Amino acid sequence: MTYVLSTGIEPPAVPALRRLDPRLRIVSAVAFAVTAVALQSLSLLTVMLLVAVMLMIAAKLPVGQTIKRVIAMDSFIIVMIAFLPFTMEGTPIFTLFGFPASYEGLIRAIEIALTANAVVMAMLALAGSMEEVTFGQALHRLKVPAKLVHLLLFTIRYIEVLRQEYRRLRQAMKCRGFRPGTNGHTYRSFGYLVGMMLIRAMERSERIMDAMKCRGFTGTLPMTQRFELRGFDVVFALGFSVFMTAMLMKEYLL
Amino acid sequence: MNLFHLENIHHAWPRRGPVLSGASLALKAGDRLAITGHNGAGKSTLLKIMLGLITPDQGSVEAFGQKRQAEADFHDVRRRAGLVFQDADDQLFCPTVADDIAFGPLNLGKSRDEAAAIVDQLLTRLDLMYLRDAITHRLSGGEKRLVTLACVLAMEPEVLLLDEPSNALDEENEARLTDILHTLPQSIVLISHDASFRAKVANRCLHLKEGQLVDAPVSA
Repeated sequence: MTYVLSTGIEPPAVPALRRLDPRLRIVSAVAFAVTAVALQSLSLLTVMLLVAVMLMIAAKLPVGQTIKRVIAMDSFIIVMIAFLPFTMEGTPIFTLFGFPASYEGLIRAIEIALTANAVVMAMLALAGSMEEVTFGQALHRLKVPAKLVHLLLFTIRYIEVLRQEYRRLRQAMKCRGFRPGTNGHTYRSFGYLVGMMLIRAMERSERIMDAMKCRGFTGTLPMTQRFELRGFDVVFALGFSVFMTAMLMKEYLL
Repeated sequence: MNLFHLENIHHAWPRRGPVLSGASLALKAGDRLAITGHNGAGKSTLLKIMLGLITPDQGSVEAFGQKRQAEADFHDVRRRAGLVFQDADDQLFCPTVADDIAFGPLNLGKSRDEAAAIVDQLLTRLDLMYLRDAITHRLSGGEKRLVTLACVLAMEPEVLLLDEPSNALDEENEARLTDILHTLPQSIVLISHDASFRAKVANRCLHLKEGQLVDAPVSA
């Protein structure tokens, strides 16, 4: 459960990486992603992947859950990676069921796999370990449009309410003997269910708006958290910038 | 014969601890049983266990003369025992009142014509014909309550499980609900915090305390 107000003070036991200024963590994660996408050399990308793994270890992310998330991302791109050697023109290295696989395609596939995994791991380590509300407030401080930040914060707050509503409606349907099948009645009923949830969500949003107005809401949410750059933040920012600049120089200048 | 027989039911919520710890209950034909207990005592949980929507940690559920354990065992129970939810909005999800009432009969395999006939017959009997084509989410609180009752009655259940049906009803609608309940032949399990409503509807009462059901006077 997240709270609309969080104290902003995280308990001291958290690893140093998670005590970095949230704004810095978001900017670092984005910079890391941009750098990783710009690199093409497989050896440099391997270094990026290693750094991402180190960041994950430094952030002390729960191992099982993190692996699950990374695998979830990999399952999206696995098909593309598997087909790439066969769809790209180039020097054939082997044939499978009469289809030639190209060396260039294989290299490209490895490059994409390395980039994607490095980016996802760095994101999880830097931005993913953050409290959702902190994330929203940090985005606000980074001048992300207030409407987008509000959307994010309200989604976090109400997604569980919607899930509960869906669950109760489904229970009530079950109570009246509903068992989904492949027929018009099932499609119609699910249509009604989705439609009713949309209408309720609309009405709920109006009620929330009214309740917020009653408490003096004028379009800006008070952002309660204070962020400040401390010594360690500056050191981290400098080190990270130097590392990424070096990577880019190696790729493009040397 | 018992319509329902629950024996030594235990149930605990993750993080919230036990709600039911050895609750037992027997419901006979003709019973109009009220269940009382403070907020969060586990009354709604008990009704959901009777219909297999929640599986208890321990204890046995017997309904209509048979032990019920697996999800499939409860399909028949849900048809023969109709639950009216605490929040009417949890139940109404179709665009119009007629659609919503027809939903149950259609699930039971009736044709659209047969379902429409049931809708008309039921609405006439409950004197709600004027709501037939009304949009469900625009009904008043009292109308919603009566319509959810109609939705459940459309399945012709043998037992009615009512979870705080008089909640948020004005006097007029409450009197109307009481009248309707008096004309119904079904056995009833009623959860209600309203003592005068219980006295009008129930002929037996159980009090849920510390996870167990104990006999209590109907009007306390």
